[in-house]
Amino acid sequence: MTVPLIEMRNISKSFGAVVALRQVSLSIAAGEVVGLVGDNAAGKSTLMKILSGVYTPDAGEIMLDGRAQALATPMDARGAGIEMVYQDFALVPELSVTQNIFLGRELLQGGLRSKFVDKAKMRERATHWIERLGLRVPPVDTPVRATSGGQQQAVAIARATAFDARLVIMDEPTANLAAAAIEKVRAAIGRLRSHGVAVIVISHRIEDILETADRAIVLKHGAVVGERRIEDTRGDELVHMIVAGRDPRDAAAGGGDGDGAGAAADGGAGGSAPP
Amino acid sequence: MAGFDRRRIGLFAVRYGLFFALGAWVVAMSIASEHFLTWLNFLNVARQAAPIVIIAVGMTFVMATAGIDLSVGSLVALVSVLVVTFFGLGLPTEIVIPAVLALGLVSGLVNGYFVQLGLPPFVVTLAMLTTLRGIGFVVSDGYATPVRDDFVLWLGRGQIGPLHTPIVLAIVVAVIGGVVLGKTRFGLYSLAVGGREEAARAMGINVRGIKLAVYGAIGLLGALAGIVLTGRLGNGSPNAGIMLELEVIAATVLGGTSLFGGAATIAGTVAGALFINFVRNGLNLLGVNPFWVQVATGLILLLAVLLNTVVNRRITEWARVLRAEEPEPGP
Ligand SMILES: Nc1ncnc2c1ncn2[C@@H]1O[C@H](COP(=O)(O)OP(=O)(O)O)[C@@H](O)[C@H]1O
Ligand SMILES: [Mg+2]
Repeated sequence: MTVPLIEMRNISKSFGAVVALRQVSLSIAAGEVVGLVGDNAAGKSTLMKILSGVYTPDAGEIMLDGRAQALATPMDARGAGIEMVYQDFALVPELSVTQNIFLGRELLQGGLRSKFVDKAKMRERATHWIERLGLRVPPVDTPVRATSGGQQQAVAIARATAFDARLVIMDEPTANLAAAAIEKVRAAIGRLRSHGVAVIVISHRIEDILETADRAIVLKHGAVVGERRIEDTRGDELVHMIVAGRDPRDAAAGGGDGDGAGAAADGGAGGSAPP
Repeated sequence: MAGFDRRRIGLFAVRYGLFFALGAWVVAMSIASEHFLTWLNFLNVARQAAPIVIIAVGMTFVMATAGIDLSVGSLVALVSVLVVTFFGLGLPTEIVIPAVLALGLVSGLVNGYFVQLGLPPFVVTLAMLTTLRGIGFVVSDGYATPVRDDFVLWLGRGQIGPLHTPIVLAIVVAVIGGVVLGKTRFGLYSLAVGGREEAARAMGINVRGIKLAVYGAIGLLGALAGIVLTGRLGNGSPNAGIMLELEVIAATVLGGTSLFGGAATIAGTVAGALFINFVRNGLNLLGVNPFWVQVATGLILLLAVLLNTVVNRRITEWARVLRAEEPEPGP
């Protein structure tokens, strides 16, 4: 078996008394699209912010290409080829489309002017990237606050995909978008996959996951409930897992004792551990 | 296309309104007073505005990060007192000038330190305002002392070619400030921090470092302006620079720097400082009671804030709606 692109092992994270994640593990291969689903407060955003360097986990490790990788800051994560499209886009409204796309990674001029940003080159590349994504955005000099929600989403996606990302994380990319814009986002995910880029999509819309993902992972109360290949499941089964917080197939395998996900998982582990 | 033009005009009026107002005032005053449009009078106004411009360049960066510094007037007073005190102790110019500049930098960094901890800049710098002026009074015992150092007097009253030294200093500071704000990462990051701090942080920008740096910079510039004012007034006084912070903030806000951060230009700030001083100068030439001049300055500040917030938002919103109504260009 090939080494996964990213592997998160036994990640735990608490905010004060709130346990956001308990011993979560997941792995993703290059070019794979994984849907991450779960109720509100399940820990989806927290798990992804750990991967993008915004939060540091309390416990657990992250492997990149099979090697342990510290992701202490967003810069570390971006350096490792992990990009995130934040739920609120994380754009600066007053700055232009170009300035936002290059924020933190500005191109500089050469020679004596090496401390000066290269506005012309950035403008040219930003235009090119947005066109390449097939997204329609106002001129790249427009301040982001003068653009619509769908256009801001497009800018955030352009920023996340422009710099040779290996993994792009999208947190609720279709929330608050009109139907046409949703199609654009789904198409963008498909294009990333075909370029060998891995994508993790968080979404409340199960159709997003069914249409774009290879695999779905269900989280509840900060733990992984179960996992399905998309061709091996249906929307109603995923919804059932999200709501019930347990994997119906585990319960069936465990003899239907009906004690919930925790008992089923413990039973499975206990069954193999004692000599 | 008509909507497009109206939008352009609206945005243009908001963005460059101050420059038009400045131009209109200059024309009106030239008609009203024969003394107004003279090279001598222009130099006079520019010299008055110079220390304001020097500090306002720093304020532009601070306000770009959605901060504010109320302590600069008091810093000017403390610097002014310390300059004469240090000379009184027999210290040479080469020590006194760097020492008070360093003091300004440190006082700014202290402000910046507390601000980057998450304290409101308004409160932090208000505390610094009363602290610094208090120290100024303690050190001077409340007395003004004449300054006799040639270099300091030259900084305040001398000339470089046809221009007064303070004007040259203000031009140099404004040009450097304009280049840093408009062309470097530091300027862009200052705007980003003020525009949306969370986004700046997520993009890996050192938000705390930027905040420390902008407050440090305005401290350094405040000390420089303090030395210039000491030279111009010819004495060191704990009463120097009273209400100076308000004039600096007025100039910056008039110049279009957003009170909420994220938008700022140095050219606007310079125009704002000149505008306030041209209005004051014009009223003086017309023989208006100087107390009314204070009232006028206050009203201008109020007007500037109104333009800066409500009107600016309305017009931007309106322009956006017009844009949305336009037919989309073909694919
Ligand atoms: N910065 C934070 N400070 C405190 N609690 C947080 C923070 N971020 C998330 N949480 C808590 O962690 C839990 C998981 O939140 P989150 O990861 O946002 O869930 P999801 O994205 O699945 O809705 C919630 O109980 C939330 O209140
Ligand atoms: Mg979330």
